[in-house]
Amino acid sequence: MTTAASVGDLVSQPYKYGFVTDIETEKIAKGLSEDVVRLISSKKDEPAFLLDFRLRAYRQWLQMETPDWAALGYPTIDFQNIIYYAAPKQRDKKASLDEVDPKLLETFDKLGIPLSEQKRLTNVAVDAVFDSVSIATTYKEKLAEHGVIFCSISEAVKEHPELIERYLGTVVPSNDNYYSALNSAVFSDGSFVFIPKGVECPMELSTYFRINSGDTGQFERTLIVAEEGASVSYLEGCTAPMFDTNQLHAAVVELVVLDDASIKYSTVQNWYAGDEHGVGGIYNFVTKRGHCRGDRSKISWTQVETGSAITWKYPSCVLQGADSVGEFYSVALTNNYQQADTGSKMVHVGPRTRSTIVSKGISAGHSANSYRGLVQIGPKAVGARNYSQCDSMLIGDQAAANTYPYIRSQQPLASVEHEASTCRMSEDQLFYLQSRGIAFEEAVSMMVSGFCRDVFNQLPMEFAAEADKLLALKLEGSVG
Amino acid sequence: MIRPDADVLLEIRGLHARVEDNAILKGVDLTLRAGEIHAVMGRNGSGKSTLSKVLAGHPAYTVTAGTVTYRGQNLLELSPEERARLGVFLGFQYPVEIPGVSNLEFLRVATNARRVQLGQEELDTFAFEDLVRERLKVVQMDPAFLDRSVNEGFSGGEKKRNEILQMALLEPLVAILDETDSGLDIDALRIVAAGVSQLATADTATLLITHYQRLLEAITPDFVHVMAAGRILRTGGRELALELEERGYDWVDQELAALELG
Repeated sequence: MTTAASVGDLVSQPYKYGFVTDIETEKIAKGLSEDVVRLISSKKDEPAFLLDFRLRAYRQWLQMETPDWAALGYPTIDFQNIIYYAAPKQRDKKASLDEVDPKLLETFDKLGIPLSEQKRLTNVAVDAVFDSVSIATTYKEKLAEHGVIFCSISEAVKEHPELIERYLGTVVPSNDNYYSALNSAVFSDGSFVFIPKGVECPMELSTYFRINSGDTGQFERTLIVAEEGASVSYLEGCTAPMFDTNQLHAAVVELVVLDDASIKYSTVQNWYAGDEHGVGGIYNFVTKRGHCRGDRSKISWTQVETGSAITWKYPSCVLQGADSVGEFYSVALTNNYQQADTGSKMVHVGPRTRSTIVSKGISAGHSANSYRGLVQIGPKAVGARNYSQCDSMLIGDQAAANTYPYIRSQQPLASVEHEASTCRMSEDQLFYLQSRGIAFEEAVSMMVSGFCRDVFNQLPMEFAAEADKLLALKLEGSVG
Repeated sequence: MIRPDADVLLEIRGLHARVEDNAILKGVDLTLRAGEIHAVMGRNGSGKSTLSKVLAGHPAYTVTAGTVTYRGQNLLELSPEERARLGVFLGFQYPVEIPGVSNLEFLRVATNARRVQLGQEELDTFAFEDLVRERLKVVQMDPAFLDRSVNEGFSGGEKKRNEILQMALLEPLVAILDETDSGLDIDALRIVAAGVSQLATADTATLLITHYQRLLEAITPDFVHVMAAGRILRTGGRELALELEERGYDWVDQELAALELG
């Protein structure tokens, strides 16, 4: 067994979450037009401001071109061949979980996200999104006692329209880019979190996104607002069935933090990645941005990206408040024919703003993994500091790793540091561990988790071990 | 200590091996019994290191003929990790650095893999710390090395001590030490040699692979084998090492030439 072959086998583990739930789904016809945008809005019974928001975005989108600057290769997406709304058939939003279709509860059970009263996680509140709609949110009442709002964004539009109107689209303007415009026009569901002034959210919040339909795009929208002195830790997870076609996922996530507030946003992305020949898998085009509006505010992004055929994603921070802090910790693993172009943007506006970027890319098989990042220091960002570290690990000799760091500084009194390294998991390292009685798979996983430790340390404790396991599973069969 | 009735731990017969297209081992015969210390000496390129890698199961080497029997079992069928768990240990000439992997965690996982094989209970982090602190004394190693990544930034001598520490934890029955003396200063050599001597018992066999005889001043071998061109050319007692020291390796070449002519 050579190293290249057996790490190869390691990475090629069957995808555990590839099943399809057999459930009656209400879908609208394929294709996108102004009528479709109106139809989605009317299905959700939305207020006029939101329909206007959608239509404006749709018209902007029509004028825009798909971005082509990323190091990604894929066939042109036919946006008229996608269904923009699909929902499991059920009567309205359920008042209690008991009324939710048991098939849906079973689906989330299988995904390791039990929602029912008896089985659900004790310290994590979960919003479960299935195709285009949220089917349940746990611990809502308990959170409400603390003034915390955690619900689907559709529900928030109905219950708290003033908050939605005040914040939606203020961090990621709908015309920010092609996919944010598309999302703004057709977004179906997602989560809304509001942490009022001075409140530390008493539990972890989490949204679990599940794509079930084969011909449907998922366009989720998440908005998290932390008022003065508030703090919250939020985690999202994603999976999808295995289809031999590609599904489009184009999400927008907006975070707003006011004075002394903080949001920690973690992602474990495990969308279906396609098979070992690169057939099928999710096209993941995501815009995530946080706005540190207040002084001494803080946003921390942690992502573990293991899925999707294509990943195009740059969680960013606009550091406007004085002394605000932005962080980005990322592990991106690609295998087989996966392609990832991911990184972060740190835009320093206010004085003494600080940012940290730690990116770990692991490329196996025939995959391509690129880090792309921008550190921008504006003229008023006196004393701003950035530290970036981008490390790549290659497994086998067919994979590619690239780093594209961009630094723009208009402020002489700022410091920007960038470090990068590339290493290859070598046969001799694996042999060394094996010659001490450590099984091959464990040796690979020890080396990978050692490589990723700086990032895993940032994940909420409940999920760090899971992320470790997930990577080991994804790598099963890829070294060797 | 030679006891002709002691158990045979490792028996190598007619071993041939190659790396890529180069035949390196061309018929090695060697028997290690419990309690014995063997030294294999020879020039660079004689096949000494290859022998050690083949015995440990390095995937770059292919065995083309011959047998290796470890306590009655066909060693060549086993994966490197199975060999290690069963008690075959290779101390590397150049231990690799493994950034990010904690030395302490690595030692614990390795020790537990061996313990499970022996039917012993796995050690938790606390019990293992106690054990490792005690074994550190064998090589007089600073506990600070436990908190670093495996071999990362270690000096040559520290790497070799870390190898012997692993041996002390794994308690192998057959220890193969490849050029453990290379790159060591006099003090480090003394410490490493004392560690190896301490770990060589009546139940274990030790195979020292070395270029120089200075290691053999610290550890007295029962047998000395001279290796050349992929074979063991001569076997003797410790006096053979002294003879090599005195006469150099030139006579080996002459003997080899004579052998090939004959």
